[in-house]
Amino acid sequence: MALDEYEKRDFKVVGKRMPRPDAIDKVTGRALYGADMHVPGMLVGKILRSPHAHARIKAIDTSAAEALEGVRAVVTGADFPDIAPGEARNVRDNTMARDKALYDGHAVAAVAATSAAIARKALKLIRVEYEILPHVTEISDAMKPDAPVVQEGFVQENVPEGFSENVISYHQYGHGDLDAGFAQADKVITRRFRTAATHQGYIEPHAALASFGADGTADLWVCTQGHYFVRQLCAEILQMDQAQLRVTASEIGGGFGGKTTCFIEPVALMLSKKAGAPVKLVMTRQEVFRASGPTVSSEIEVRMGMTKDGRITAAEAELHYQGGAFPNITVQFGAMAAFACYDLQAVQTRGYNVLTNRPKQAAYRAPGAPMAIYAVESVVDELCQEFDLDPLEVRLKNAARKGTRASYGPTYPDIGLVATLEAAQAHPHYSAPLGPNQARGVACGFWFNFGGDTSVSLSVDFDGSITVTEGNPDIGGSRVSIAMMAAEELGVPYESVRAVVTDTGSLGHNEVTDGSRVTFAVGLATIKAARAAKREMCRRAAKIWGIDEDAVVWEDGCAKPAGPNAGKFEPLSIKEIAAKSSRTGGPISGHHEVNAEGAGVSFGVHIADVEVDPETGHTKVVRYTVFQDAGKAVHPAYVEGQMQGGAAQGIGWALNEEYIYDEQGRLVNPGFLDYRIPVASDLPYIDAVILEIPNPGHPYGVRGVGETGIVPPLATLSNAVSRAIGRRMYELPMSPPRILKAIKGG
Amino acid sequence: MSKIHVKTRINGEAAEFLCEPDETLLEALRDRLHLTGTKEGCGSGDCGACSVTVNGRLVASCLMLAAEAEGAEIGTIEGLAKGAELDVLQRKFVEHAALQCGICTPGFLVASKALLEKNPDPTEEEVRYWLAGNLCRCTGYDKIIRAVLDAAAEMRRA
Repeated sequence: MALDEYEKRDFKVVGKRMPRPDAIDKVTGRALYGADMHVPGMLVGKILRSPHAHARIKAIDTSAAEALEGVRAVVTGADFPDIAPGEARNVRDNTMARDKALYDGHAVAAVAATSAAIARKALKLIRVEYEILPHVTEISDAMKPDAPVVQEGFVQENVPEGFSENVISYHQYGHGDLDAGFAQADKVITRRFRTAATHQGYIEPHAALASFGADGTADLWVCTQGHYFVRQLCAEILQMDQAQLRVTASEIGGGFGGKTTCFIEPVALMLSKKAGAPVKLVMTRQEVFRASGPTVSSEIEVRMGMTKDGRITAAEAELHYQGGAFPNITVQFGAMAAFACYDLQAVQTRGYNVLTNRPKQAAYRAPGAPMAIYAVESVVDELCQEFDLDPLEVRLKNAARKGTRASYGPTYPDIGLVATLEAAQAHPHYSAPLGPNQARGVACGFWFNFGGDTSVSLSVDFDGSITVTEGNPDIGGSRVSIAMMAAEELGVPYESVRAVVTDTGSLGHNEVTDGSRVTFAVGLATIKAARAAKREMCRRAAKIWGIDEDAVVWEDGCAKPAGPNAGKFEPLSIKEIAAKSSRTGGPISGHHEVNAEGAGVSFGVHIADVEVDPETGHTKVVRYTVFQDAGKAVHPAYVEGQMQGGAAQGIGWALNEEYIYDEQGRLVNPGFLDYRIPVASDLPYIDAVILEIPNPGHPYGVRGVGETGIVPPLATLSNAVSRAIGRRMYELPMSPPRILKAIKGG
Repeated sequence: MSKIHVKTRINGEAAEFLCEPDETLLEALRDRLHLTGTKEGCGSGDCGACSVTVNGRLVASCLMLAAEAEGAEIGTIEGLAKGAELDVLQRKFVEHAALQCGICTPGFLVASKALLEKNPDPTEEEVRYWLAGNLCRCTGYDKIIRAVLDAAAEMRRA
């Protein structure tokens, strides 16, 4: 791992609250999102979706729809070519069903027409003959040996026997002697937890505008977290060369992991190819809920032993996750993350991934971790109550630190959990008095963070201004952070730098905006690209001065003669070097391509005060504070924003949000009225306390900050509610009826 | 089915368009007039991203028929700034980092403007309840509430 990147320095730009370059466009309505693009001759696409949770598609008759005036193309699963097994094939089969409809909302046909009204009418003319099959939407039902099988052929070799074919993968982590560890405990408890599937709830529905040329090339405009990955998937699904498909990412109206893959893009491309015209396809909100990628639901059992002075002697967890009708690796992340906060001698996690007749899950902010850590942190809290110990003291006593062997394998370098816990302990919130029916909960959280494939090009324009070209959709202020890091490294004013997110045809590959990777990995590549540009500018200055290039240094945004030539020439600014660049060898750019390693793990601690109404079971969050290690907060306001936003999503997950299925396996709440995300009047101010324990893997010490914030709230709220009502809660969401039932001893 | 001819005023200027009888004001704004600053988040009046004013009143444009705009005075996000000069609310949203992805921002600004015109000195609670019809999934609302209160304070000083 590249853990020697960090160098301590005094920052001039990094750490300030600069105006972000896309802000004006976003407050004036000028910014163009997925559905905002119009092109000449554009058709409207619409998708027909299965009303059944599980059904064989015996026949599809599209003739009446095709005959309708204004209909230019109709597409079904039969239009897509055969491809090798793998994620692209899963995505193909999810975006358009082939032999079976696998969940309520699964696409079965699509049309492109000259107006939305004609497209809607055409959908009604498509006749699908279904043979309804037995379905299964709940984890424990799907695991039973005689359960209806959702899809065959996905079971991996290491899955233990005794389950249905829906149990497709098994993951195990840990070390040490569990029996010996539990024997040392003064108390061992085993508890079972359930969490409901939730949705990322981005406000912008998925949208794509595809234009297929007669020459076999295509353009795609799409709201996505990763247009290079969209290109990769679509090119494989449509069996074309990646270079023939140019994908441009629009401004993105939220994603949180839910826009890391394709749900409509291959269909838009196929419609355009068949129609010979551009096609815009936009999901309705109902389609977003039914047929994009919610998170997994879970059933988790945790066993933990503790001594009466608060030392955890051993712990194990078994995690069962369902993520819909296709494979995913979320339970693996859950099994890895479950005990990542603790320094344990004996620990084991076992994760099972289960197929059900639900939509194909997608990532949701720290995928797999929130539910696993909810279960673990709930058990820690219960043991703290058992021994009457302070919950932060107990966590400090067991906290992972530098040199700890993590439960998932690696040994931690410098990490920030102890500092974060100490900051929480010292904060006035932790000792503030509580009112009637109120209680305080705390919990820790963790996320791995990620680096990955990254390309950045940095151009020193002829007037000395700087263009940073990067390939990661800016989901919450990354352009400003990247421009700030370029300005810092070059020693130029922030205002002279512009960061641009470019299309797939204009820059090398970039991994999706995921894993909290952008400020870390794109930032790292930007700093290295700036260093390459500085080397080139020193070379040009040497040429201008007629001295050896080794005798030039870069300081304060200027090339300066050094060594024996020090002071002999006036320093040359970027402006001066840029103005002469055409005559000294041509345009000046720096670029850097890397598969970035060394993304530092990040920990958070949350404190919540809740007030539970004993009559209604309603929970009000009265005070909330987030503590999180950012490594180095490049733009503190947007780091706070990530911490606050993650907390708010976690609060929604804990208290309100859930996918609800009826007996026919149909989703009954596919809208914001019945799937209620927190609104402004549900929340207090969310105080954000940033800690900065530098990541040794980044030149400025940056860690990812986007995901960790959603991990602690589930247990923080559950611990607070459990203490407020005097009964332990074991299931999310803690909706008022469920809390009332617990109060009444149900 | 023939289209309906609608004459209206948008952001202080005369505007006209043809629409289907069942077309919403949101669709007419976005697809006929290409005023795409007004966003569709749900199409059912639950998210507030499509907020506009109709004769000064805050409306979810996805719940109003386009034909009903006949003779009305419509205000959209595109009319909030005066040329290059941002409205105080727009400036405060930028200063307070009150947006992340920005898709809900036009709706929040239009709704906040309507609030401050009615109530120039709202409490935090009043702002939270007024804006409870606008969903934001990125910010946890913290910086939005602060931006609106700060804008109100500056407007009172002016």
